[in-house]
Amino acid sequence: MMQETTIDRPIMPLRPTSFPRERPSRTADDLAGRPPKISVDHLNFYYGPKQALSDVTLMIPQHCVTALIGPSGCGKSTFLRCLNRMNDMIDNTRVEGEIILDGRSILGPKVDVVALRKRVGMVFQKSNPFPKSVFENVAYGPRVAGVRGKSVLYEIVEKSLVRAALWDEVKDRLNDSALQLSGGQQQRLCIARALATNPDVLLMDEPASALDPASTSRIEDLIFELRDRYTIVIVTHNMQQAARVSDQTAFFYQGELIEAGSTNELFTNPARKQTEDYITGRFG
Amino acid sequence: MSQTAFETTAYSRRRARMSQAFSVLCLAATSLGVLVLILLIWEILWQGLPWLNARLLTSFPSMYPEKAGIAAALVSSLWLITLTALFSVPIGVGAAVYLEEYAQASRWRSLVQLNIANLAGVPSIVYGILGLGLFVRALALQRSILAGSLTLTLVVLPIVILAAQESLRAVPNSIRQASFALGATRWQTVWHQVLPAATPGIMTGVILAISRAMGEAAPLVAMGAAATFITFIPLSPIDEFSALPVQIYDWASRPQPEYHHVAAAAIVVLLTVLILLNATAVYVRYRYGKRIRW
Ligand SMILES: Nc1ncnc2c1ncn2[C@@H]1O[C@H](COP(=O)(O)OP(=O)(O)OP(=O)(O)O)[C@@H](O)[C@H]1O
Ligand SMILES: [Mg+2]
Repeated sequence: MMQETTIDRPIMPLRPTSFPRERPSRTADDLAGRPPKISVDHLNFYYGPKQALSDVTLMIPQHCVTALIGPSGCGKSTFLRCLNRMNDMIDNTRVEGEIILDGRSILGPKVDVVALRKRVGMVFQKSNPFPKSVFENVAYGPRVAGVRGKSVLYEIVEKSLVRAALWDEVKDRLNDSALQLSGGQQQRLCIARALATNPDVLLMDEPASALDPASTSRIEDLIFELRDRYTIVIVTHNMQQAARVSDQTAFFYQGELIEAGSTNELFTNPARKQTEDYITGRFG
Repeated sequence: MSQTAFETTAYSRRRARMSQAFSVLCLAATSLGVLVLILLIWEILWQGLPWLNARLLTSFPSMYPEKAGIAAALVSSLWLITLTALFSVPIGVGAAVYLEEYAQASRWRSLVQLNIANLAGVPSIVYGILGLGLFVRALALQRSILAGSLTLTLVVLPIVILAAQESLRAVPNSIRQASFALGATRWQTVWHQVLPAATPGIMTGVILAISRAMGEAAPLVAMGAAATFITFIPLSPIDEFSALPVQIYDWASRPQPEYHHVAAAAIVVLLTVLILLNATAVYVRYRYGKRIRW
């Protein structure tokens, strides 16, 4: 994954200039002035006896894109799954600390996880379309939330597919099995499916790992567009992508949050040596 | 470039010979199985085909082999498998869904699981005796089709549960995760995603279990199913009944050789129904399997 070994700091000038739109990151001051959408406080997470997250404290500001970076196995996906309680599905796990979403704790047995997951959507690291038609895949979220009526659903499906940059490729095959789509198309389908439920927060675990450059840049455009209405947390192994799309970046290493800050700051002037080594590709 | 790497050596030749010997052995084993099967079918057809005619299908048991038929037995058997399917599918699939999708891993769960696996191995005649005590006597259902199919339900239930569990387990977890992450409840996830994905496997298991029920004679004999004196078509679940395998068993155990021919003809009918059922299972698997591929 780490083909960025030759990149020298500063990385920001490597932002491709060919994008249709300038995508300025939010500044550190802007980030600091925003209300926190999610605040994570001294979070510890254990798979059985194995601790996967240690004492993670992170503020995720509203209407911003937060990128999680770090070497494989450092706990990025685990952290992401804490935010919509998907870790509940794994047996024998334990969580300590606090996660606050819009001022309310989401941990603890009293929380309605179904309602939580309607507000916090997720795109998984491995694309996992349902073995159903393209249409049914995207319509599923609204359906289980009680949306009825073919025309309403059709509208949602179209809008979501357009946003995920997939509509043109599948508009004539909405009734074909989603499993017949290519890997990259399946990934975008999963993004469309998550958008269809219209969440507040969108968690994306390497959404572009199976995509070609064109679709990747469309997804990045999409993320930029969504930023004004959603709060987005994205895991990526691609430093340039993190630099291109995010406002805030958090660097994880071996289950610990080493450094977090505005993307401009972190990439041009990292506070910690480990962060610098990682983003310049010297280890990881 | 040297070519030595691709030249045969004594060692590689020996390995090739071993490999060939093994494949011959496997072929022999397969052919032996197929050969015995062909002989069996040949014998049955040779004995039974001349006796297979419309009269066989429309007549009742008789003292005269040339007048004897399987009308009552065939209709009874169809009643039995229909009711058995009606009882065992909801209970079996429900139990499997509970065990796979709801029950937390616990000692209690493992105990239930172990018991189901053991029950699948209990000889079916034991269920016959249970059926006699429970359905025929305690619940006073008499020797009715209802009592018979409830007994057969006991026989096939563990098989249905195990097959359904297997199919549910084959549904990748990522599907459940995707559904939960979209804000679906557990019930919605099971009903809209997991069960449809598991349906072909469940159906195959059910059909195979039903075939087994169709071929069972022992539990029905034990609970007292009649073979000889059912001279009417059973029209309701509380009627008395016969069953194809029971009827065949009765004829085959008689001294007159003509009855053996009638039995063979009835076996041909039974086999035909079983082959149809199995073909349905294969078709279902093929049809749905093509649509669902992970
Ligand atoms: N279901 C699980 N059970 C036990 N351990 C797990 C489980 N999932 C992850 N882990 C462990 O937790 C640690 C963090 O894993 P995680 O998947 O969060 O890493 P990641 O940062 O997402 O890595 P990658 O970039 O490769 O996706 C790893 O050591 C991993 O082995
Ligand atoms: Mg991961």
